[in-house]
Amino acid sequence: MIQRLLTDTYPAAGAGPMVQVRKLSKHFGRVQALRELTFELRRGEVLGFLGPNGAGKTTTLRLLTGYLRPTSGQALVAGYDVHEQSLEVRRQLGVVSEDTPLSPEMTPLEHLQFVAELRRIDPRAREQRIGDAVEVCGLFDVLTRATGELSKGLRQRVGLALALLHDPAILLLDEPTSGLDPNQIRELRELIRAIGRHKTVILSTHVLSEVQATCSRVLIISDGEIVADGEPHALAAQHAGASYQLLVEGGHEDGAAIVAALRGLPGVEQVALAPLVGAGAMPPRGAVSVSVRALPDRTDLRRELFCCARDHGWVLLELHRPPATLEDVFRRLTAD
Amino acid sequence: MHGTWVIARRELASYSAAPVAYVTVTVFLGVVGYAFFGQVFSAGETSLRDFFALCPRLFLLLAPALTMRLLAEERRGKTLEVLLALPITEWEVVLGKHLAALVVLAVALLPTLAYPLALSQLGELDWGPVTAGYLGLLLLAATYLALGLLASSWTSSQTLALVGALALSLPLYVVGELAELLPPSQRELPRFLDLGRHFDNLARGIVDSRDLVYYLTLTFGCLFLATRSLEQRERG
Repeated sequence: MIQRLLTDTYPAAGAGPMVQVRKLSKHFGRVQALRELTFELRRGEVLGFLGPNGAGKTTTLRLLTGYLRPTSGQALVAGYDVHEQSLEVRRQLGVVSEDTPLSPEMTPLEHLQFVAELRRIDPRAREQRIGDAVEVCGLFDVLTRATGELSKGLRQRVGLALALLHDPAILLLDEPTSGLDPNQIRELRELIRAIGRHKTVILSTHVLSEVQATCSRVLIISDGEIVADGEPHALAAQHAGASYQLLVEGGHEDGAAIVAALRGLPGVEQVALAPLVGAGAMPPRGAVSVSVRALPDRTDLRRELFCCARDHGWVLLELHRPPATLEDVFRRLTAD
Repeated sequence: MHGTWVIARRELASYSAAPVAYVTVTVFLGVVGYAFFGQVFSAGETSLRDFFALCPRLFLLLAPALTMRLLAEERRGKTLEVLLALPITEWEVVLGKHLAALVVLAVALLPTLAYPLALSQLGELDWGPVTAGYLGLLLLAATYLALGLLASSWTSSQTLALVGALALSLPLYVVGELAELLPPSQRELPRFLDLGRHFDNLARGIVDSRDLVYYLTLTFGCLFLATRSLEQRERG
């Protein structure tokens, strides 16, 4: 169904990038919301657009839709200037705004018909496309209820159906899962992932797991500036030092001594005793669990950790390296 | 232009789902009906003079009720941003909403065509002033609605939009009366600005291009300013 609704072709663009943002700045009075933002988005990329609240995510999206005008700089969507060729840009975009504002007295069906008409979707194909969008977004049971009576999750899906109706080349989603319960979040994420196989997507969010679950690339902004740009895993490795979990039997050395010894290793940034919980089977008596964080440029400390244990006569019961998370990157880059 | 029609149709659907349009039409027909039959039966007059004199006053009060929601609600519910993410211009939005409100007032005027028809059965009726008068009523309605729409574009509060619409229309309604307080040499401009005077000409059957230009300039001027106001987004 989703294949019929969303084609993989991008008719308006040649081989060029789908989104080009060049030195985009935006002031609100004396407040500078964005400072010379520059990035490009290739077709088919699903970009996680991250940043703390107030970092400028929504402002950036509003500049891309042409709702706001940039103070300086330029942005192109599918090759069209967002300011000079705003109507053409809006034909290429599907937008789901934060909180999906919809006229409460209109039903989802009326909304869909209104947008289909306004977007000049071929009347012969209209019914089919509305039907497909309804099915993809699971709206069949609520089509004729007033939108104002629907739950937040349903309204969000109505917003998504409206954004997909015209088979947009690029989809902008502004915090689409905010305020949803975990089941709704999971459903919506699966839907976004499916859409991402067909479309270029910018997903603005501050929910990090969302990005790890759905995005091929991450852009983090803070105070209106880009602070990181790359694949989620590469970013995690690059910006957050690897961390290691050790389970050690120290023999005659106690926890404090073990921590002190590990701190002395080159490339170690931080060592802490970790509580012995959630380890499944009870660890042997006398064992301590230690977490070690490496400096960002040191990617592999396993050799040093093993040698340290051997030299001190500890028994190394466990050594594992949990993958660095975006959360670590995010905290590091956006904390003041 | 396509967008204008789509917006107008949506607004008409939303008028048909809410009480405001029904109340407006009912109040209008009730008041003019009462006045008309009173005039015919008590005074025995066969003209639409009283009817035409009453309409401007009713429009002054009813037009803001129709327009107050149109743009203020889009601002308040943040649906303006959603609307303008679609390929549609601010001008099409404003024009479509104006058109929808104008259709409601035109619908309110439609049954009143029975009055001239009835009068023509009772005696001689000069259809010239009647036709010109109805044209004048439509122009007058369009002007009041444009003023109301402009007020509605300034705020996200329907109440303020209503008050703003009255604040814009009332001075134009009374400025001709106030002109009488001025020395004769200075009365020309305020008289020209008066909304009702231009209508009086039409209701007497005089179709003067100055009157048409006056209404059309005011209407499209207000709609243009409302469009500009929608383009100012950072105000909220």
